[in-house]
Amino acid sequence: MSDLRDLYQDVILDHSKNPRNEGRPENPGHEAKGNNPLCGDKVTVYVAINDGVIEDIRFEARGCAISVASASMMSELAKGKSAEDVKAMFNDFHEAVTSKEPIAPEKIEKLDKLAALIGVREFPMRVKCATLPWHTMAAAIDDSTQQVTTE
Amino acid sequence: MTYDVAKIRRDFPILGEEVYGNPLVYLDNGASAQKPSAVIDAIRHTYEHEYANVHRGVHFMSQRATDAMEGARETVRAFMNAADTKEIIFVRGATEGINLVASSWAEMELKAGDEIILTEMEHHSNIVPWQFVRDRTGAVIKVAPINDAGELMMEEFEKLLSPRTRLVAITHVSNALGTVVPVADIVRMAHDHGAKVLLDGCQAVPHIAVDVQALDADFYVFSGHKLYGPSGIGVLYGKADLLNAMRPYQGGGEMINVVTFEETTYAELPYKFEAGTPHIAGAIALGAAVNYVTGIGLDRIAAHENDLLAYATERLREVNSVRLIGTAAEKAAILSFNLGDIHPHDVGTILDREGIAVRTGHHCAQPVMDRYDIAATVRASFGLYNTRAEVDALAASLRKVQEIFGA
Repeated sequence: MSDLRDLYQDVILDHSKNPRNEGRPENPGHEAKGNNPLCGDKVTVYVAINDGVIEDIRFEARGCAISVASASMMSELAKGKSAEDVKAMFNDFHEAVTSKEPIAPEKIEKLDKLAALIGVREFPMRVKCATLPWHTMAAAIDDSTQQVTTE
Repeated sequence: MTYDVAKIRRDFPILGEEVYGNPLVYLDNGASAQKPSAVIDAIRHTYEHEYANVHRGVHFMSQRATDAMEGARETVRAFMNAADTKEIIFVRGATEGINLVASSWAEMELKAGDEIILTEMEHHSNIVPWQFVRDRTGAVIKVAPINDAGELMMEEFEKLLSPRTRLVAITHVSNALGTVVPVADIVRMAHDHGAKVLLDGCQAVPHIAVDVQALDADFYVFSGHKLYGPSGIGVLYGKADLLNAMRPYQGGGEMINVVTFEETTYAELPYKFEAGTPHIAGAIALGAAVNYVTGIGLDRIAAHENDLLAYATERLREVNSVRLIGTAAEKAAILSFNLGDIHPHDVGTILDREGIAVRTGHHCAQPVMDRYDIAATVRASFGLYNTRAEVDALAASLRKVQEIFGA
């Protein structure tokens, strides 16, 4: 039960039930769609970039608590940061949830509120749920026209 | 004779495994069933005592392997009550069986404007091969709808039948909903319009005694691994006159009679459709699985599973905010549901930590999900070894899910 509580922390449940920055903006700018065919998670991420800075980020998601919470937290963290910084954050996050090694405390600190999602490490089948919104955001930033898929 | 489920469970070594410190509660039989010792032993016995390539060697061991594999073919023939063993084609699974019929029968027979009728509750494996046929021949796919309970709307199905209908390809039991389809009626109605019928029996054969002659099915496919046999082996039944008229599916060894660089004549049925070295041990072990199931008796298995399904339906209805997806009057061993607005993936993860294996997702039946306007369901699917206590564990764990989600 304890690792379940690690996975479904209150902050994650809160973000999944009350996602921040959800919805389609009037002027979306760049957008990308992500899809996890295994479980049917779908996410669309919209980013407005000005001078390399993410001015606005919104998303529409249909998926599990992990993917929606991850998208919600991502949107909060990305807003106002440079596209470059956001991608670096994605790299750190990706490493934290996929690496088999223990994570250094300073790295956890750097992850800010994303640290709440580290519990997903213990649930390998669910890592893709947490990373799908990020892959999709990266694609939106790159203005990729290709649909992102976890497979 | 009572149904001794405790004794049956001892036939399945894996049921003694623990998952995260809990006994394994295996409720994912619709995806793949576990294997009894009889099947595991058959594989071992084959490789230890009767293995060589089949239908080729003049030597003793090849003959022994051939006899064992052909014995399994006869076991499967009797199981389905096919008229002749030459109508039993060993394939990799139902998917390959359907693709074989699509490629070797439908692509040859169908012309632009000819119609194929499917239903809204087909597995992707009974949709995509027909889309290939459509794209290659110009044939048209028509989809018969289901009602809210997940039953095929027979009057709507009947309306789709016309002189243009060449094939009805339909599941016998829905993998996502558990609906038992009245396939005997379907076959009769289709035949009245001159159409052939392919039945996808994957979810049916573990639960319902199938008689292909009584059904008058033209083609019937199933996978061995859902019938407590190995994966990588399955069966295509086809009426001999149809199979004889069809072109081969794959070319290679075994399926030939005489080969020169100018031309090749093909082997007789069933070998015409079994190019290459087959899954010899798999076929033999599938025979063992059939013998295991028939040894218990499909009628008794069905009675046990129907009791479990009724019990589980009742227990789940007691859990707040459970929505059952698929409430047909005739169902077999499958319970699909959602738990409030908690995503099935989250439900599945929490159940898993309790040792309970269920399937979550679209069950390779996305059109069904669209029909109910949902992304996914949780699916508990029962097998001959499941118990009421396991259903109780499922219900209790669903309450735990609600607790975690504060629902």
